[in-house]
Amino acid sequence: MDKESKEIISIALLIFLPIVIFFVSFLLGRYPISPVDVVKTILSPLFPQLEVSQTITTIVFEIRLPRIIGALVVGASLAMAGAAFQSIFKNPLVSSDLLGVSNGAGFGAALAILISGVNIITQIFAFIFGLISVSLTYFISRTYKAGGILVLVLSGVAISAFFNALISAIKFIADPDDKLPEIVYWLMGSLASITVEKLLMIAIPIIIGAAILLALRWHMNLLAMGDEEAQSLGLNPSRVRLLIIAGCTLLTSAAVSISGIIGWIGLIIPHMARMIVGPDNKILIPASLSLGASFLLLVDNISRAVISIEIPIGILTAIIGVPIFLYLLKRGYSEWS
Amino acid sequence: MVVDKLFDVRNVSFSYDGEEIFSDISFSIDKGDVLCILGPNGTGKTTLIKCLNGLHDIDSGEILINGKNIKKLSFKEISKYVGYIPQSHVPSFPFKVMDVVIMGRAPYLNLGESPKENDKEIALNALKTLGIEHLKDKEYTNLSGGERQLVFLARVLCQQPDILILDEPTSHLDFGNQIKLLEIIDNLASSGLSIIMSSHFPDHAFLSSTKVAILKNKQFIDFGTPNDVVTEENLKRAYSIDVKLIELDDERKVCVPLKTNLKLDL
Repeated sequence: MDKESKEIISIALLIFLPIVIFFVSFLLGRYPISPVDVVKTILSPLFPQLEVSQTITTIVFEIRLPRIIGALVVGASLAMAGAAFQSIFKNPLVSSDLLGVSNGAGFGAALAILISGVNIITQIFAFIFGLISVSLTYFISRTYKAGGILVLVLSGVAISAFFNALISAIKFIADPDDKLPEIVYWLMGSLASITVEKLLMIAIPIIIGAAILLALRWHMNLLAMGDEEAQSLGLNPSRVRLLIIAGCTLLTSAAVSISGIIGWIGLIIPHMARMIVGPDNKILIPASLSLGASFLLLVDNISRAVISIEIPIGILTAIIGVPIFLYLLKRGYSEWS
Repeated sequence: MVVDKLFDVRNVSFSYDGEEIFSDISFSIDKGDVLCILGPNGTGKTTLIKCLNGLHDIDSGEILINGKNIKKLSFKEISKYVGYIPQSHVPSFPFKVMDVVIMGRAPYLNLGESPKENDKEIALNALKTLGIEHLKDKEYTNLSGGERQLVFLARVLCQQPDILILDEPTSHLDFGNQIKLLEIIDNLASSGLSIIMSSHFPDHAFLSSTKVAILKNKQFIDFGTPNDVVTEENLKRAYSIDVKLIELDDERKVCVPLKTNLKLDL
């Protein structure tokens, strides 16, 4: 097979994979629905002449659809942000929570659960503290004279550890009968409680974040060559990097705010995407979007269909992600040489 | 009427962390000039070069490109006039050669834009000019040092600059590739590009340069044509060893460093 047709096949696969998994996902669940009913129901708002039952409509649109969309959006966001971070930090081993977004959001959620317990407030706090932690990381790194990439990454490590300590502090004082399990459960990640309202709340940050990353994806290649080269090619590296960090942070904070902390996607999906389409971010970013969406939806389907008790999705992504990661490592992935 | 020089450096000084690297350096070059900057290790050649392309901000003096002060130009504007190849490159992701070369079109693209058909054509032409079209789908991280240098040269040609600034372009090349690269530089200069490069080899000055500067002790100790500047006396001053200049049959000169009879007490 020549190179071009191989490329076309990969791209076709990346376009159709999430679509196929999307439709299959509606079939899974306690109430059995036939594929024909799924297609009919989904098309019914467009074609009112189709006859569908009220029960099926409710299950499809109010129960399954929000969760499926949630899985697609969260998976795509974490994977795109991970791919962007790997490129602009010139490091294939970093992931979407490099600058402290996950622990920041986790702290926000834990704090909200402790003082209020209202779902929507937990989501807002998680989102805002995700933004706060990355901003802290960024501004701390700017106070150093040689404020290069390394300082930024190390500030991220520090801020992450700081918020992690705060999370532990909240767990320590939380009521072990109701608040503590809720916090722990949130931190393990779940897509079970996603509703249409929650999705609508994150729509704007997700759209802005994704638009920034998609628009700047070719320029990420230049940043991957190092700041001096990027500047000699006419780019203002720190300004463009800041924009990309802002995009990634909007995406991950919004994603984490509805799903809790879901690990490994932002690390392994960009790698899988790179193995399929190569390192050119012009294709890599959309490919990560597609693979991340497909992967998380697939894992969520496993979590709610294959196993009778629902396992928190953060645990499953790790259990499935770690072997994949080790397999990639064993393949002697050329980038890591 | 005073005609603006293509590249005019006036009384430029630079210090790093309070330590002066060089001071009061002035020179200018015209279209088609090849300036070779010689000097011992650690004398600040790379720092000077990074001032010339705007990567470092100078402390005093001014650098004029086509009569425009570099401090008033954006990175993007500078990159349309000045192309730069650093001395060393830390390999990144295994990009295809074509993807690397087309990065040279960035000065002409806005944020949010990516290269178009006509940019691809320019990149392909640059590869053809340098005779490395066959490498276009290879991973640039897997190339030899010589091939990779040509890839970066192709990228810099895509910028369509007036001036090329090359930091020791031959330092990672073998014996044969060094000469080939200098001949390419010679050709580019004949086509109207101006070139500023640093080098560790005084010989290289005779091969392709129209002007030579020797940087030592924060100053140019000499500046002029290769025949005037690359002399046995100047080389001794620069490198603190005796050097013999030998003229070959085709009137080309070569520099031979003489042994210092160093004896280690082992």
